[in-house]
Amino acid sequence: MTGRMDSLRAAMVIARRDYVASVWSRTFLFFLIGPLLPLLAGGLFGAVGANVDKETGPPTIAVILPADEANGLVRARVLIAERLGEGALPQLRLVKPAGEGEVQARALLADNVRRSSAVLSGTLEKPVLTGPRGVLRDLRGEVGLLLDRTRSLSLARLFPDGDAAAAFEEPVTLTERPVDAAAGSDARARSLVARIGQVVLMFLTLLLTGMMLSNMVEEKSNKVIEVLTAAVPVDGIFFGKLVAMLGLSLTGIAVWGGAAALALIAFAGPAVIPPPAVGWPIYLALGLIYFAATYLLIGAVFLGIGAQANSVREVQTMSMPLTMAQLGLVAFASAAVNDPDGPLALAAAILPWSSPYAMLARAAGQPTLWPHLLAILWQAAWVALTIRLTARWFRVSVLKSGPPSLFARLFRRRRSAPISG
Amino acid sequence: MRAEVTRLAIEARGLVKSFGGRRAVDGIDIAVPEGAIYGVLGPNGAGKTTTLRMLLGIIDPDEGHRTLLGEAQPLRAAPRVGYLPEERGLYPSMPCQEAIAFMGALRGLPLKEGRRRATTLLGEAGLGEWAGKPIRSLSKGMAQTVQLLGTIVHQPRLIVLDEPFSGLDALNQGRLEGLIRAQAEGGATVLFSTHVIAHAERLCERIAIIAGGRVRFEGSVADARGRLRPQVRLGTRSEDGPWRAALPADAHREGGLWLFELPETGIEPLLHALIEGHAGIETLAIERPGLHDAFVAIAGQAAADTMREDEEVRP
Repeated sequence: MTGRMDSLRAAMVIARRDYVASVWSRTFLFFLIGPLLPLLAGGLFGAVGANVDKETGPPTIAVILPADEANGLVRARVLIAERLGEGALPQLRLVKPAGEGEVQARALLADNVRRSSAVLSGTLEKPVLTGPRGVLRDLRGEVGLLLDRTRSLSLARLFPDGDAAAAFEEPVTLTERPVDAAAGSDARARSLVARIGQVVLMFLTLLLTGMMLSNMVEEKSNKVIEVLTAAVPVDGIFFGKLVAMLGLSLTGIAVWGGAAALALIAFAGPAVIPPPAVGWPIYLALGLIYFAATYLLIGAVFLGIGAQANSVREVQTMSMPLTMAQLGLVAFASAAVNDPDGPLALAAAILPWSSPYAMLARAAGQPTLWPHLLAILWQAAWVALTIRLTARWFRVSVLKSGPPSLFARLFRRRRSAPISG
Repeated sequence: MRAEVTRLAIEARGLVKSFGGRRAVDGIDIAVPEGAIYGVLGPNGAGKTTTLRMLLGIIDPDEGHRTLLGEAQPLRAAPRVGYLPEERGLYPSMPCQEAIAFMGALRGLPLKEGRRRATTLLGEAGLGEWAGKPIRSLSKGMAQTVQLLGTIVHQPRLIVLDEPFSGLDALNQGRLEGLIRAQAEGGATVLFSTHVIAHAERLCERIAIIAGGRVRFEGSVADARGRLRPQVRLGTRSEDGPWRAALPADAHREGGLWLFELPETGIEPLLHALIEGHAGIETLAIERPGLHDAFVAIAGQAAADTMREDEEVRP
C-alpha cells in the first residue's frame, strides 16, 4: 500500500513539475490562442455539415391553418420565391389541424423525426408563430412577408378593383409564442450544440496530446526519463504526465470558457444558444468529464506510441495516422447526433475511444442521465487499462524490460540495445 | 560466541539480461554489505549499467532475482535510494535549487524541505550563487554536481552512481571522492561503477570486476590484489653466472632488469644465492601488485586494454 502511495505521490510530483513548466512557457500562450483557429475550422465544418445534413437544413415551418388559408400561403410563397429565390424563404410543411393549436404546435416542435423550426397556427387574421426565441426572431420577417402576400392575394380575389382591395388591407399582427427550449423542442439547435461539443473536444485533445508528446521526446533526449524511471514506476510517470496536461487543459478551458461566456453576454445575450437536453449545468459537467476521459484515453495511446519516438520529426510522423484515426472516431461518434438510439450510436458509445464523443452528443439531445453514469464508469476502466498497457509497452520496447507483447513478437524489429555499460 | 551477521544493502543472484538475442548480462551475482563503498569495474559494454538498472528496478532481469534494501521489488525502496545515471538528465530550464528539490520530491522529500537542503548543499559545493539560475546556464561539470546533489538531497541509505567521475576534471573528481567518503561515513552504502581503476582502488572496500556480462571477481580490493604474487625487479652487474640457476622459472628480462614473481619461499634464499654467486646486485625491488594488475590477471589483458582506451576517450 505504501508503495502505491509513494508512486501516486511521485506521480503528482511529476504532474506538478510538468504543469508549472508548461504554464510558464511561451508555448502556453500559443496554446491559449491556438483553439481560435480550430474553432474557426469547426465552424466551417459545421457549415459544411449543415449543407449536407438534411436534418439540419433550411428552417421548416409547420403550418396548421385552415386548408384554404394554408394553400394561399403556399401560393404566396411560390410567387415570392420567383422574385427573391428559393433560399430566401423557409420551407412550409402543411399539417392538418388536430385539437388545440398550442398543444399540437408543441408536439410538432418536439418531433425529432420530422423536425420543425417553428409552427404557424391560428388563422390569417390572427396568426400565431410558435418556436424558440432565437428562431422566432430569425423568422418573423419572412413569415410576416408570406402572411401579407397571402392576404393580398385573397383580397384581390374578393375585390378585383385594386383600390378597394388596398382600402381593406391592414397589416397583419403576428403573435409570437416563444417556447422553452429546455423542454426539448429545438432539435436543430441541439444537434448544433452536439456537433460543436464534439469538435471542441477533438481539437482540445489534439492540441494537448501534441504538447505532451513533445514534452516526452524532450525528456528522452535530455535523459531525464532515466531519473524518473529509477524513482517511479512507468505507470506513475505516464499518469503524472497525463494529469499535468489535463490540468493544463482545464486552465485553458477556464480561460476560453470565461472569454466565450463574456463574449456571449456582451454580444448575443444569454438566450442565443438553446440549452441541451440535460440542461447547461449538467451538460457542462458532463463535457468536462468526457473531455477528461477522451483526453486520458487518447493521450495514453499517444504517450505510449510517442514514447517510442526519439525526435520531434518522428513524433510528427507517428502522430499523423493517430490524428486521422481520431477524426474517424469523431465521424463515427457523430452518428449519435442524428440517431442517438441507433445501432451506430450504440456502437460509438461502447467503443472506449469514441464513447466520450458519442455520449456528449447524447447529452445534447437526450435528457436521460443514467447512461452517462454507465459510460463514465466504462471509460474510467478503459483509462486505467490503457495507461497500464501503454506503460508496459514502454517498458518492453523502450526500456527493453519484461516479456515482449504478442504484437511485439509478431512485428519485432531488431533494434540496437539502448543500454551500454 | 556471537556470529557476526552482515546485512546486505543489495543482493543479486543469477541476473541475466539479453537485448536482441545478445546477452548483455550473463548470470551476475553481487552482494553489497550495508555501509560499504562498493565498486563495479569493467570496460564499456561489460554490462555494468545494465546490471545497475536491474538492481534498481528500472528494467527487469530475464532471469535471476535481486533485493534492494530488503525489497524484492526494488522500486519499493526508491525513497531510500539515490541514483545518478550514466547519462545525466536535468531539465535545462529548471533552476538549480528546484532541480535538486524535484529530485528529492520524486523520492518522497517534501519540496519545501528539499529547497532548504538544496540551498545548503549548493552553498557547500560552492554553487550557492547559482541556486536560482537555470541548469542550461551551468557548465557540464557544474550541472553534474547539481545532479549529484539531487541524488543525495533526500539522505538515502543507498547511493548508486553510474560512472560518476566521467566528465569531471581532476579537482571535481577529488571533491566527488570526498563526498562519497562522507556519505559512507554517514552510514550510507555507496555503489558506483567505473572504468577508472584508480578511483576504485582509492575508495572501495569491495569490488566486482565485470567483463563480458559476467562477474569475474567479487571481494575486497586486498583479495583481488592477493590473487597475484608480488613482483620482483632485479638488476645485476654480472649478466651471467651460477646465480642464474637460483632465479625462478618465470624470470624474464625487460629494460635491463629481471622480472619475476616473488617465490613462495620468500626473498631470503634467492638473496643468499645471488650474493654467493657474485651477481652484483644493483637493484632489488619487491612491488605489491596494484588493482590494475589484478584486473589484468582476472579479466584479461583485452578487457584491461579496453578500459584504458575508455579512460583515454572519456577522461
